[in-house]
Amino acid sequence: MNRKDFLRKSITGGLAPVVINGMGVKAFAENPLMQFLGKATHDDRVLVLIQLNGGNDGINTVIPLDQYSKLMAVRSNIAIAENKVLKITNNTSTGLHPGMTDFRNMYNDGLVSIIQSVGYPNPNYSHFRATDIWLTGSDSDQNLETGWMGRYLDQEYLDYPNGYPNANFPDPPAVQIGYLISPAFQGADASLAMSITDPNSFYQFVSGTVDPAPNTPAGHELTFLRLVAQQTQQYSAVIKAAAGKAANLSTLYPTAGQNSLSDQLKIVAQLIAGGLKTKVYMVSLGGFDTHAQQVVSGATDTGNHAKLLSQISVAVNAFQDDLKKLNIADRVLGMTFSEFGRRIISNDSLGTDHGAAAPLFLFGTQVNGGLLGTNPIIPGSATVNDNIPMQYDFRSVYSTVLKNWFGVTNVELNNTMLKPYPTLNVINTSATGISERDLLNPESVSNYPNPCNEYTTIQFNSSGGLVRVALYDSTGKLLKVLKEATFTDGTSSVTINTSHLAIGLYYYQILQGSAQVMKNMLVAR
Amino acid sequence: MAKISRRIFLKDAATTIVQEKPTFATIDYIDPSNKTLPRHLAKTSTGLTEYTGLFNEAQILHLLRRTLLGLSKADVDFFKTKTMSEAVDSILNIPPNPPPPPLNNYGNNANTADPTVPFGQTWVNAAVNPNLEGARMSSFKSWWIRLMLTPNRNISEKMTLFWHNHFATQTTIVQDSRYVYKHHSLLRANCLGDFKELVKQVTIDPAMLVYLNGEDNTKKSPDENYGRELQELFTIGKDIAEHYTEDDVKAAARVLTGWRNSRTNIASFFDTTKHDTNNKQFSSFYNNTVINGRTGTNAGMDELNDMLNMIFAHQETSKYICRKLYRYFIYYVIDESVETNVIEPLAKAFRDSNYDIKVVVSKLLKSEHFFDPLNMGCMIKQPIDQVIGSSRMMELVFPDASNIQTQYAHWIYLQQFSALCGQDIGDPPNVAGWPAYYEDPQFYELWINSDTLPKRNLYNDTMLYNGFNRFSFKLIYDTISFVNQFPNPEDPNALISAISTLCHPVPLSQASKDTIKKAYLLSGQDSDIYWTDAWNTYKNNPTNAAAKKTITDRLQAMMKYMFGLAEYQLC
Repeated sequence: MNRKDFLRKSITGGLAPVVINGMGVKAFAENPLMQFLGKATHDDRVLVLIQLNGGNDGINTVIPLDQYSKLMAVRSNIAIAENKVLKITNNTSTGLHPGMTDFRNMYNDGLVSIIQSVGYPNPNYSHFRATDIWLTGSDSDQNLETGWMGRYLDQEYLDYPNGYPNANFPDPPAVQIGYLISPAFQGADASLAMSITDPNSFYQFVSGTVDPAPNTPAGHELTFLRLVAQQTQQYSAVIKAAAGKAANLSTLYPTAGQNSLSDQLKIVAQLIAGGLKTKVYMVSLGGFDTHAQQVVSGATDTGNHAKLLSQISVAVNAFQDDLKKLNIADRVLGMTFSEFGRRIISNDSLGTDHGAAAPLFLFGTQVNGGLLGTNPIIPGSATVNDNIPMQYDFRSVYSTVLKNWFGVTNVELNNTMLKPYPTLNVINTSATGISERDLLNPESVSNYPNPCNEYTTIQFNSSGGLVRVALYDSTGKLLKVLKEATFTDGTSSVTINTSHLAIGLYYYQILQGSAQVMKNMLVAR
Repeated sequence: MAKISRRIFLKDAATTIVQEKPTFATIDYIDPSNKTLPRHLAKTSTGLTEYTGLFNEAQILHLLRRTLLGLSKADVDFFKTKTMSEAVDSILNIPPNPPPPPLNNYGNNANTADPTVPFGQTWVNAAVNPNLEGARMSSFKSWWIRLMLTPNRNISEKMTLFWHNHFATQTTIVQDSRYVYKHHSLLRANCLGDFKELVKQVTIDPAMLVYLNGEDNTKKSPDENYGRELQELFTIGKDIAEHYTEDDVKAAARVLTGWRNSRTNIASFFDTTKHDTNNKQFSSFYNNTVINGRTGTNAGMDELNDMLNMIFAHQETSKYICRKLYRYFIYYVIDESVETNVIEPLAKAFRDSNYDIKVVVSKLLKSEHFFDPLNMGCMIKQPIDQVIGSSRMMELVFPDASNIQTQYAHWIYLQQFSALCGQDIGDPPNVAGWPAYYEDPQFYELWINSDTLPKRNLYNDTMLYNGFNRFSFKLIYDTISFVNQFPNPEDPNALISAISTLCHPVPLSQASKDTIKKAYLLSGQDSDIYWTDAWNTYKNNPTNAAAKKTITDRLQAMMKYMFGLAEYQLC
């Protein structure tokens, strides 16, 4: 572990409930600890979000073959013929839509994790409200004005947009392919995403004298416009540079203009390979609001929904192939989501109305491939009101991505997700060392006496090996590495002289591998 | 549940306390891009009392920026002889006759030969032709651009756009150009009319019946799409915590069962056999109203009337529409003062007038609140306003009617540029319209990002320098003709002030104007005489190519700068 990683991991756990001198994490922008933490955000993992606008029909996407007769009872006019459903490896009760051959092959190769029935309590059936819920990560009855990614990135890019881009953070925190930036990226003060449609084509602005903005709503908008202009000018250069450094290598992408998702993912692969340090990309595919003509009558494996799923399948497979050839596959995680699934029972227009929970896909070399959860239960005689209940909260998926993919601290996780959610076993953590965190038992860490005066003894339980014990002051500044040595498995202790320390609050940290515990102690006399 | 401010939210969410932002020297940063305005900003408590203050150039410019798509110097001069009340009345006076319909501009081409509609004739009543739908939609959008470019000095274009955004439909989903035209004509004809009647007509409008699946909505299998959006987006909204229930959506869908479209007649009709004749029970939000199931040919209309009476009986409907008008004409922040002093009395006037749109728009535009200096210049132009408005200000010359193909090709170019900037008229992103008018907290700021802002500049730069050439006709700004309108174009100070007044709702400082003058009109020199001489040389010898080039180069560069300033994006 290098110093950067050390510092990156050093603010988890114990610090979470602590308010330091009445200030929060954001206030540490200028102290060395937080600056190092900020720099550490350059670790190279990327998340690609694929939004399926309109509400994807989950039941016709991931098909519960074990209840096929019931399926025929409730949606006979749109159900996929049983013999056309694509089989998946090691599973006879679930299949995939026939348009998804490439994606099925990815699944069989362990590159896809399917999470069943993702939703939230008290589902909302309005597109706009449901989309807001997914993008902000709110409860059903809660309005949040920041997006889930905005809250996360706000903590990685402290005080954004003030002073960005800069030498340490030359690249945009997030990139949205398209004309409009998703509310998911709305941070406390600004959106953290930059919107592009063509990485090679930006138009230059004029630059010159700037009058002070007046103290009015007009001045407020003026300031916003100037900020976008300034950042666009600065970020456009780095994006062009990244696009210029790499070319797509996969031959599987359809011809440009035929598959909009594929066209978007091509840009993403090119920018990642070109060295852009952007952490999150969002792309989208519309048309999933299939109230009518979801399928062709009598040929239910064709029609609008089949075309859409086939586009996803082809585009994602080409993208994954490209990532592999560009040698960046291990750094990229993909995730699909849609504002809701659709009603169990179909309507007379060969379509489905707004529904609730639906499957969600994660893909990449670092997913734990397979199927999480059970098939949704299809009632034998569904009524128009029946919906798929959730098995997994979508925020559990978000939390898992943040924790096991980006390796966020508990403080960051809490600030982003606002509540604790269970972590799902869908991302391979062994490659990241993140599971090492569990080796240190936080309950075992304590110091005595506390408060202390001349001396205090720090006790911890480790699995043995190299352990580092460090002391921080109340502003989070590293004061001293107290001990860095090989310890044996079991309980160990380090006694430190505190007589020279001023009265006040301090933190000590026990670090082993990437596992660490931080606790506070008081010096009093 | 009430909205949580982002600061409070962060405090609640994190176990940490967020300290105020430290100050940095790099940018003069005043917290852009949020909903809650910075606390140090002045706020206004003005209301709907009729404005009696000065009605000078600043007020005229404000009125025109908000009610027209851009403005020309001639537009401003036109209103200079009027009082405020006369000016607003004039703007609200829309000629009763509908504009002539869009024409076949495509049939000149072998690929798009129209077997039923001759070139130059209208297709709006012709048989549907799948092979020509793309060409006809393009004809429709071109035609719409032409109407926007027409200098009629009334509010019809801004209001038609308002209703297009409110009752949003997409041509790509309706897929019948005749329905699209009919729907558009309905909005245009009623843009200042009776809102309740408009809701009724839109509900049974063929394009809407396609767009939100009303034509698929039957008693056997109700389709909830329209029943939901009617309440969520078109009438009651979701601004308040209490709102209609999911069962109300289902009940509304059942009320609306039985409406069908006839492609032959280009009209909707009511099919009694598809109508659910049972009673429809609504929730306590609607006072447990029961709409009696009807039979017979009038059943659909009678039940629709009952349901609209029920929806309009809720005062929230009038308030919701007034808030949308407010965000379209004034600003997006609706605080308690605005709600009390503007929205509530305006909504009352709306109800008292039986939902007469003209009454509320007139009241709003004539109010002290509208002319409050704090409400000036704080909107970000919608892309179509940027494209059309710039073209109108620069008095861009289009081909005449002698060549329809050429005309339409140039109009559609403007449409396509607006689409590149994020506003494809006829095809908003979805049924909610453009997010700039509803997405909290950014609102208009959503028009602006790293993709669209450069393109907004690109339009004017293209028109200044290279122009757009098609069928041997070039669209290009004539900067000399533009400048010639002003009283003293030879005086660089007067010229820059006059142009900036038209372009920039937030005035430029004298220092900025001096910088522009020196950099562009004086080519770095200090004396005004350099520009005055150059201009007079040209005027004395307008056929001298070198003299013309000297001033054209300077005017183009200056206008590029004027358009490129952030101030130009405001209105």
